[in-house]
Amino acid sequence: MVSSGVQVLGTTFSPFVNRVRISLNLKSVNFELIEENLAAKSDLLLKSNPVHKKVPVLIHDGKCISESLVIVEYIDEKWSGDDGVSILPSDPYDRAVARFWAAYFDDKVVPVLFKLSFGPESERVALIEQLAEGLVPLEEAFMTCSKGKSYFGGDNIGYTDIALGSFIGWIKAIEKMSGIKVLAEAKTPGLVGWVNKFLSTDAAKKFVPELEVYVELLKKMQA
Amino acid sequence: MAGYEEEEVKLFGAWGSPFSSRVEIALKMKGVKYQLIEEDTGNKSPLLLKYNPVHKKIPVLLHNGKPIAESIVIIEYIDDTWKSGTPILPQHPHQRAMARFWAKYIDDKLVPMWKSIRSTGEEQEQATKETEEALRTLENELQGKKFFGGETIGLADIIANFLGLWFGILEEVCEIKVLTQDKYPRIHQWINEYVESSVMKTSLPKRSELLSLFQTYFKPTK
Repeated sequence: MVSSGVQVLGTTFSPFVNRVRISLNLKSVNFELIEENLAAKSDLLLKSNPVHKKVPVLIHDGKCISESLVIVEYIDEKWSGDDGVSILPSDPYDRAVARFWAAYFDDKVVPVLFKLSFGPESERVALIEQLAEGLVPLEEAFMTCSKGKSYFGGDNIGYTDIALGSFIGWIKAIEKMSGIKVLAEAKTPGLVGWVNKFLSTDAAKKFVPELEVYVELLKKMQA
Repeated sequence: MAGYEEEEVKLFGAWGSPFSSRVEIALKMKGVKYQLIEEDTGNKSPLLLKYNPVHKKIPVLLHNGKPIAESIVIIEYIDDTWKSGTPILPQHPHQRAMARFWAKYIDDKLVPMWKSIRSTGEEQEQATKETEEALRTLENELQGKKFFGGETIGLADIIANFLGLWFGILEEVCEIKVLTQDKYPRIHQWINEYVESSVMKTSLPKRSELLSLFQTYFKPTK
């Protein structure tokens, strides 16, 4: 493991933070997770991310970087080498496709997850349908990106897998609490297969909390 | 630039759209020859819908038959693909991260900026608050810098083209002033440098034409 004085401000349950933890782990970079209480943000967090005051923040070489996908790209570029693991694909077009789908997920799917989790109960049924619909384009994306292999990144997990996979626990918790499957075998068989493959990776076992963690969190927040 | 002539580069866009303009700026910085296919956003072409089925929006870049959508994704692709010409992103990972951070920040503020002028009532109040906070942040970020990218125009500056040209025109047409000189002197200075730069002089739409366009479509909402 490379010891490099890397700190991550975050929590163990934030999928945004987990994108960063998974990426550092893939690169065999040692890091310290400084756990934040999001209800009472530390001075360090407020100082390191004055613009958004949010986690994750990566602190390395005396510099602070925020926004999970910006951090993931930084990690890929900072710790790169011929024999090392690559997070983004090497081909520019494949990179564009990976970035497109990660942006799609953050812009179209994540806001629905937030509304489902923290919004009024009356809107939940409509939002679940919106969530399921939002995931449908990702089925074709998976088929195109994976080219018949296990992950969006091919044989190994990459940028899109990390961006989406960190949210699996939360999505499954929403399925459990609502009793409705948003990732259904019938409509999105490729994605269902990918979810299972992703959850069996070391990265997921280490950094993606089980759905029960999210169920508990949601129950607390919605109480 | 041997070989550039063999590339087939098409841009589905619209001259009055800041998003489309961003891509034109990037292509021009790299000296890439391209064909602009002007789309009528009220009546989208079958080709646009084919190449961007997910969002059905411009801009879409078509390079040797392969489509890419979303302006920031397209610009990174352009920077990755055409290595000669002006670099859009810096070399070093930390500086690249900062460029991407500010590009995203600015991109996220376009809607509130638009709404601070075009919407009404509580929606406008909320949007104005968010816009003023964003402008303060950007004013701060420009301290000691000519451009968001430093000495030269970079990714964040390209993404900020709305602020560079469109926002002021919208303010003028709708008779609402948010970006005042006394509150935001550095941003005003940045706008001057921006529109006068050789990059932007050859890439941005003509102010007078954009003004005419906005005068046709937008009347004050008050």
